[in-house]
Amino acid sequence: MAPVLEVSGLSTVFHTRRGLVRAVQDVSFSVEAGETLAIVGESGCGKTITALSLMRLIPQPPGEIVSGSVKVDGTDLLKLSEPEMRKMRGSRIAMIFQEPMTALNPLMTIGRQIAEMVMLHDGASKQVARDRAVEMLHHVRIPEPARRAREYPHQMSGGMRQRAMIAMALACKPKVLVADEPTTALDVTIQAQILDLIGDLQKEFGTAVVLITHDLGVVAEVAQRVVVMYAGRKVEEASVGELFAHPLHPYPRGLLGSIPRVGSARGLDVSPDERLREITGMVPALNDLPPGCAFAPRCSLADARCRETVPPFELKQPDHFAACWQA
Amino acid sequence: MSATVPHSFWNNVSYNARRYPLGVAGGIIMIVFVLAAIFASAVAPLDPFNTNAKASLAAPGPVYLFGADMMGRDVLSRLIHGARVSLAVALGATIIGSGIGCAVGLACGYIGGWFDLLVQRVTEVMQALPLLVMALVITASLGPSLRNTIIAIAIPLIPSVARVIRSNVLSLREMPYVEAAKATGMSEWRIAIIHVLPNTLAPLIVLATAQLGSTILTEASLSFLGLGVPEPYPSWGRMLSESAAEYVRTAPWLVIYPGLAISLVVFGSNLLGDALRDALDPRQRD
Repeated sequence: MAPVLEVSGLSTVFHTRRGLVRAVQDVSFSVEAGETLAIVGESGCGKTITALSLMRLIPQPPGEIVSGSVKVDGTDLLKLSEPEMRKMRGSRIAMIFQEPMTALNPLMTIGRQIAEMVMLHDGASKQVARDRAVEMLHHVRIPEPARRAREYPHQMSGGMRQRAMIAMALACKPKVLVADEPTTALDVTIQAQILDLIGDLQKEFGTAVVLITHDLGVVAEVAQRVVVMYAGRKVEEASVGELFAHPLHPYPRGLLGSIPRVGSARGLDVSPDERLREITGMVPALNDLPPGCAFAPRCSLADARCRETVPPFELKQPDHFAACWQA
Repeated sequence: MSATVPHSFWNNVSYNARRYPLGVAGGIIMIVFVLAAIFASAVAPLDPFNTNAKASLAAPGPVYLFGADMMGRDVLSRLIHGARVSLAVALGATIIGSGIGCAVGLACGYIGGWFDLLVQRVTEVMQALPLLVMALVITASLGPSLRNTIIAIAIPLIPSVARVIRSNVLSLREMPYVEAAKATGMSEWRIAIIHVLPNTLAPLIVLATAQLGSTILTEASLSFLGLGVPEPYPSWGRMLSESAAEYVRTAPWLVIYPGLAISLVVFGSNLLGDALRDALDPRQRD
């Protein structure tokens, strides 16, 4: 099956006073219909900029997408004019944001906000759009959708608002859904519900999902493939099972080592190996990257070659890619 | 919760009326003045233009309830007729000034760049001149008439409204819901009109009600200088300013009643504006 979303060689930079910040460098991935690809990494590694680049929502200036292509069903979004791109947003590629508390207009009812978008893309009449909004709220399992559609965002809980955001994002049945940390602002029990909901709707509509997160627990739960990013570059890509079982790059290995496990948290028979490990050091500044591997300053395996030359992103094992000289 | 109560306009009004009794008081004051202005000829006990030498500076009494002025004209009747001019000037100038200011501020905040820079410098120059001086220059060049008075007072109001709206727009356009709206494919202008503009309403109402009072006073000053609404038509401002210096000791009713009318309208519009601002914000409901 041909992938619905094909990103290749995407690079985004910011022209700042302190010089050129390479926020995203040469990132490629593809997602098939109904598949979920997770992009993971620490804060500041370029995940959100990647997501915004897919939507072409990078503020310009100072930002600029300097190269690459983002193909949705074969159409390269980066080559479209702004009005053409506007037609794609929401109808072919939609996005849900991290902050459900502020991502809805406080002065407009939930139903109207969803209806506005349906009217915009499908040219539906007010009544049809309203009905579709209620139907979508029902889809995202909001009880009493007809009444809730007439309510304002402040009358809903964070989980409800995120459901409403999802309803809005999926109202025009987009091919691709970009979810930027959709559960970070929610508490854990609601997180699981929202993830289940995204998964179910994805099956129902056949949407390709790009899930941006820093939470490896979320990745294990919902994604099929994972891309690990570090300092704006892809450092590893594999299926979820493969990555969790045999991480090749030391960065994801370190990430996996920093997840607490219930058994080890009891604190009884904890061997020194089982202690929670952190990755020492900080993500380097993106306008002042080291010449070699960006992770080298924090890596225990790094040698002279790591510090001098950027490792190529290559196939290391069947269907498992990494950018590391040591793997 | 509102679930059990059917949503209707009158339900909303009665609910908010109970919530904001001061707003209701302000509303009643405004309605009384507006009705008096509309039905002035029917309400006024005497002819406001009819002079009577014998009644010159008559004290308030059974015939002249609020007294009479130097030419023996009934103060109450002149106040009631003056409400037409004063309210027309106040409401007209405020609505025109705020409307244009709002559009300018929105455009500046949204377009930014050299357009914003240029317009901001122009508004700064306008703000450097006192309101009265600018209104004076404009009426002097247009000639005195009701329409020109409204225009002359509206134009100097534009800069302050434009600045408030612009700064509000600058912060609102960074709100996540604006970005979310972009992600749904909405155009910048549509976002500006349906997402940004309604959220600037609260400061606009406060500012506009404050300006309502100053417009009445500006009109008074213009009339005093002979550039307001022409004689013999009464306006509160001119009634006040004509008599303030000369008769404040000998015939204080000539000063007190027009002053009271102006204060009441300013007071009423402020109370109404405050309540409106709160009642129009869905976050303040429930």
